Amino acid sequence: MRTTSTATRLTARCNRASGLETCGRGFASGHVCNSPGFFDLDYALLFTQTLNGLQLGLLLFLVASGLSLVFGILDFVNLAHGSLYMLGAFICASLTFLLGNFLWAVLLALPLTGVIGYVVERTIARALYTRDHLDQVLGTFGLILVIDTLTHLIWGPEGIAIPLPAWLDSQVTLAEGLVVPTYRLLIISTGLAAAGGLFWLVNYTRLGMLIRAGASNRTMVSALGIDIQTLFALVFALGAMLAGLAGMLVSPITEASIGMGNNIIITAFVVIIVGGIGSMKGAFVGALVIGLIDTLGRSFIDDFFKLFMSSDAAETSAPAVSAMLIYIIMAAILAVRPQGLFPPKVR
Amino acid sequence: MKRLLTAALAATMLTTPALSAEVKVGFVTTLTTGAAVIGNDMKNAVDLAIEHMGGKMGDLDLTVIYGDDGFKPETGKQATDKLVKQDDVDFVAGFIWSHVLLASRKSALDAGKFLISSNAGPSPVAGKLCHENFFSTSWQNDQTPMALGEVLNQNGVKSLYVMAPNYAAGKNMVAGVERTFKGKILGKDLTKWGADAQLDFSAELAKAKASGAEGLFVFYPGAAGGAFIKQYQQAGLKDTLPLYTVFTVDGLALPKLQKANFESVLGSRTTGHWAPSMDNPQNNRFVADFKAKYGQYPSNYAAQSYDAMFLIKSAVEAVGGDLSDQAAVRAALEAANYDSVRGSYTYGSNHMPVQNFYLLEVVADADGVWTLDVVSTVFENHVDSYAADCAMQ
Amino acid sequence: MTGFKRSSWITLATMVGLLILPPVFFWTGNAFYLDLATRLVILGIAATSLNLVLGYGGLISFGHAAYIGIGAYAVGIPVYHEFYGGFESVASTNGLFQIGMAVVISALFALITGAISLRTKGVYFIMITMAFAQMAYYLFISLDEYGGDDGLVIEVRSELPLINLDNPIQLYLVCWVSLAAAMLIVRTIIHSRFGMVLQGAKGNNERMVTLGYNTYLYRLVAYVISGAMAGFAGALMGNFSSFISPEMMAWSRSGELMFMVILGGSATTLGPVLGSMVFIVVEEVLSSFTIYWHLPFGLMLIGIVLYVRGGLMGLFKGKGD
Repeated sequence: MRTTSTATRLTARCNRASGLETCGRGFASGHVCNSPGFFDLDYALLFTQTLNGLQLGLLLFLVASGLSLVFGILDFVNLAHGSLYMLGAFICASLTFLLGNFLWAVLLALPLTGVIGYVVERTIARALYTRDHLDQVLGTFGLILVIDTLTHLIWGPEGIAIPLPAWLDSQVTLAEGLVVPTYRLLIISTGLAAAGGLFWLVNYTRLGMLIRAGASNRTMVSALGIDIQTLFALVFALGAMLAGLAGMLVSPITEASIGMGNNIIITAFVVIIVGGIGSMKGAFVGALVIGLIDTLGRSFIDDFFKLFMSSDAAETSAPAVSAMLIYIIMAAILAVRPQGLFPPKVR
Repeated sequence: MKRLLTAALAATMLTTPALSAEVKVGFVTTLTTGAAVIGNDMKNAVDLAIEHMGGKMGDLDLTVIYGDDGFKPETGKQATDKLVKQDDVDFVAGFIWSHVLLASRKSALDAGKFLISSNAGPSPVAGKLCHENFFSTSWQNDQTPMALGEVLNQNGVKSLYVMAPNYAAGKNMVAGVERTFKGKILGKDLTKWGADAQLDFSAELAKAKASGAEGLFVFYPGAAGGAFIKQYQQAGLKDTLPLYTVFTVDGLALPKLQKANFESVLGSRTTGHWAPSMDNPQNNRFVADFKAKYGQYPSNYAAQSYDAMFLIKSAVEAVGGDLSDQAAVRAALEAANYDSVRGSYTYGSNHMPVQNFYLLEVVADADGVWTLDVVSTVFENHVDSYAADCAMQ
Repeated sequence: MTGFKRSSWITLATMVGLLILPPVFFWTGNAFYLDLATRLVILGIAATSLNLVLGYGGLISFGHAAYIGIGAYAVGIPVYHEFYGGFESVASTNGLFQIGMAVVISALFALITGAISLRTKGVYFIMITMAFAQMAYYLFISLDEYGGDDGLVIEVRSELPLINLDNPIQLYLVCWVSLAAAMLIVRTIIHSRFGMVLQGAKGNNERMVTLGYNTYLYRLVAYVISGAMAGFAGALMGNFSSFISPEMMAWSRSGELMFMVILGGSATTLGPVLGSMVFIVVEEVLSSFTIYWHLPFGLMLIGIVLYVRGGLMGLFKGKGD
């Protein structure tokens, strides 16, 4: 009933504007309608899309923060970080079916993913710390292939759909016309909680102090007698847990599937480049910016283009531009401010 | 099926003349990536067909060699090249994806092999690019959504929002529903497809809801289908925006959806040319043995692959095992003189099946397992829309 | 010819082997191995071009696959318009025109992206080159006219004077000659004064700058040459596979190219070709055995990165090389 009132509001606008037949938001294809124009915004749609962008941004933050930590402190380019995202999702999926409860599965899967991160660190990452970035890129590229195939062998080629308990599977009505799936709100709140937890960890604990010091000047930290090996292992495991958490949160929506980490890793790299390598604040801001721009871009670029382009040209170019958008932004930032928006202060 | 590659390249320099007591079929499908769930279903059906045939077609020993397309056109083309050039198969069959078929068809046809598509049906192969050696045991992509458009008209649906993946088949599905649906299309979203397909449809679902359409038409095969249904349910759209699908809720998705308790799909409707419940001897044996051997209902992909094998068998037997007479093999294939699991059909001039399309519904069978059942016939002996473009008349 | 290094003998022997063996395979009925060899040689050209900037120049370009794609489309798009109409100025099946377009457009793309990217260094350079390749990738995906994600099938191969590219042997010989030429070009550049500056900048950029060299310009020129060469390889690839898709530009392809250079031995003439050979052959052999071939393949990649310094050429280098 609420959607009807929104629709009536829109159709009323369309009617008034054109006097022609009503046709909704004007994405008509092949049917004549006087498009309502960019400024007749559907505020409900805008709000929903902003929420979606926020959700994507927070998931990106979870992945990017771990990546940024590992890169900033260990100076280690880890392409296989996306594979940890995937493993977290699969482990959580199996545990959900085993335990019968999604939330308990998440709580149990988190430390398991951390352990896997620790193992990866000890076996492969450690051997690559002293090597140059190219070797790290290639080595972790090989690791992606290995982990993807192992996942195929263990869990089969299909994705796993994770059942949610009924109370998470419903919707929440925020206001007249604004209905949001409950689970999305859970993702957003978990993401914010994790961000808050990280913030507290990095700024108010001893471990956080070591992390910030390591990001600033690794050699000095080691020279001061800190057990660098353990610190690195902890940071790596923490990064793995964060990435795994993101995978667990997203899989009830889209399924845990093989290779799901391979495109989010590229977006995560874009985020940390934009935000500044080694900086949590940068990862947070960068992730939200990228998440919002990507989602809002996908939704509204074609309308935006229609303001100054023909409808056909807009429909052809919009998908291309919205896909390229975050790379254009990254290239622009790199050209102008290569160290990112909030780089950690380096001495 | 593993193939042994002789380690010493020198040994393979000796050519093996084509053994006349053997027929080789190359089957290209998706065996890796998340989409392998469809490929494995097809492979299972082919393995079952080999079993039912006793490993022979007529007097010839049957060998099936599988090729993996990795869900990418380029890989599929390479797999086809290998089957044609190295394994020297007599027939190339399979092909789930329209874009893989379009990329690979030249490799098979230029080498003079017969190409049998057991799923993909992009418009060019039925129209401008039709070929005397190409046959299909499935359908042309537009036909199934055209039937659905007709169903929507019959149900009085006046407006529609459309979502499909952005590749050849997705575009065909959209074109099909647009061709027959008489109401208004309020919006269209072609989402990113491929190995890293877009699986989060929140943005598009929000747009669909905001459009105020009376129905939502989607085509999302494979893993994307499950993801979509889940998000559709989570968005609570069942009462406000009814869902009409093609090839999204099928024999492959249903077991997963049932396991995860997505009750909203029970009673949902789709269209197709075959359902497991169709009553004829060939289909009864196929479905019963498939369930016994693999533990679940076959999908339409499996049914089409099973048919492809029996179509080839009928042609091989009709020429008495003499595959060198291509014209005779072709005539035998054109006759479609075999028991198809969908009942009998004929071939149009473009070698696409002329067949019935039915309205199907998701129901629970006698054991409570979710499956598809036939409700009514939508089109009888339907000819696809591109037949007139084909040069062979 | 005195003092021919061991590595030079190996290079010569490999090239002669590549010239003779694949046609022999074809004539004895194993046409598939000629196909493998053609693909291997074409990727060898691309890897050689990457070696110029990566191996000798120290610039880790994670976007070189984009040039292969651009070169391939420079062949595919004219043929498409020739057959299906439209865009008259570009429609053509003339090979010289297509290859010319491939080289020129790739060079332009390299010039523009290189000018921006070379202002960064280290991991930022890696990321920005990857970003530009992704942009090209998404751009071609969005071009529905040319098939987008479904790819583009070419009806006929490029028409060259005197040479018939439909003949697999002739196509292979064209590729082989191109590879030899590419290797010679890179070798000549490296041994020239220009190449010295480039390699010096790889070792210590600040020192070269204080010596008065504008290393940015030198690097940009090398980058453009490298891109143009990879574009040429792309034109050959388009002809060979007769199927062009944006997948050719995916970031994983760039990673594979980088891997070929490292595996074979960066900063050597034959290294990229060896890398390409091993890569293609191992991929082929492994995938015949099992569909899970990515597992041993990935382990091999990791193993090589960890344990084999200097690549395969490093194993072959004798004393005094």
